[in-house]
Amino acid sequence: MAMNKRSKRKLLVVMVLLGISLATVLALTAFEENLMYFYSPTEVNDGTAPTGRAIRVGGLVVEGTVERDSDSLLVKFDLTDGAENISIEYSGILPDLFREGQGIVAMGKLNDKKVFVADEVLAKHDENYMPPEVADALEAAEKK
Amino acid sequence: MFKRIWGWIQRFSSPKHFYSISGKMIPWFAISAIFLGVYGLYMGLFVAPTDYQQGESYRIIFIHVPAAWMSMFIYVVMAVSAGIGLIWQIKLADMIAAASAPIGAWFTFIALVTGSLWGKPMWGAYWVWDARLTSELILLFLYFGYMALQSSIEDQRTADKASGLLAIVGVVNIPIIHYSVQWWNTLHQGATVSKLDKPSMHVDMLIPLLVMAIAAKLFYAAIVLVRARNQVLYRERNRQWVRELVEKL
Repeated sequence: MAMNKRSKRKLLVVMVLLGISLATVLALTAFEENLMYFYSPTEVNDGTAPTGRAIRVGGLVVEGTVERDSDSLLVKFDLTDGAENISIEYSGILPDLFREGQGIVAMGKLNDKKVFVADEVLAKHDENYMPPEVADALEAAEKK
Repeated sequence: MFKRIWGWIQRFSSPKHFYSISGKMIPWFAISAIFLGVYGLYMGLFVAPTDYQQGESYRIIFIHVPAAWMSMFIYVVMAVSAGIGLIWQIKLADMIAAASAPIGAWFTFIALVTGSLWGKPMWGAYWVWDARLTSELILLFLYFGYMALQSSIEDQRTADKASGLLAIVGVVNIPIIHYSVQWWNTLHQGATVSKLDKPSMHVDMLIPLLVMAIAAKLFYAAIVLVRARNQVLYRERNRQWVRELVEKL
């Protein structure tokens, strides 16, 4: 079938787009693990997360587990993803958003006592924006 | 019927016709962009309520989010125009693409810088290599690549072809930026507004944000027309009508 120049160019553009998309999907799937910014506590406990090198773990700070050392910057807390927990130790300045129930990402290594020793803690904030009154009202409604 | 539409497109997209029509549109876009921009900034910075978690520092959202949306929107406009220029060889489309690139690059830069300034107090870091931040940085490099190809190739038609192909190839990055926060674990939080669900933002914050987003679009419309008109004059500089126009000045 004879094709005019315009349809040829159209076909070329479509083929390029399809080819690039396919290559991208394959590359992203292959590098899936490297594209994850952090591992969850479940992945740390079941061994999916690599041990021996520094990794990041992310999750929520478990309410009531934050213990601050009285004469150093040492902080201990538990991190959860809803299913599993891990204990974290960190010595340093915490971001302002760090609090119980908050999402955080910690970078560090597991020691032999299965405690994750972090040398960096970043706070993750959620996608919700509202005035404090509304947040309080929502919390009150939830408690009922 | 098809022929008639085709003829109409060709007439409308003639650089000369575009030059005269766009000249009349620019003031309208510019004035409404300024009006909405001032109103949106005032509402966002002074009237919108404080956030329950982030306090006052969340207000950078009124710059950061419109800039980030524009960085992707302009890229799509650029890639589609480049595609139209490549397939149907409409010169005006190539000019729109070339005119869009620096504006898109600036919006990307603003999104990255404001995000970084926001990241330090909230996350505790100016920069992290998570999927969202990295893919947005790649977007900036795609704009740079397009601009570099445009300016380094002497012959305009070859330059349009090469840079246009790059723009089309780079379009795969747009869904990656948008869905990065969903597909992978990222430090950057998920979508607040641009999702199928109801926006997770109080209406008094949402309205200024949307006003700013519209202002940014109108600003882009005004600037891209100004820049495209320059492209028209430069690329058609040897045409009779441009010479006459210049002589009149």
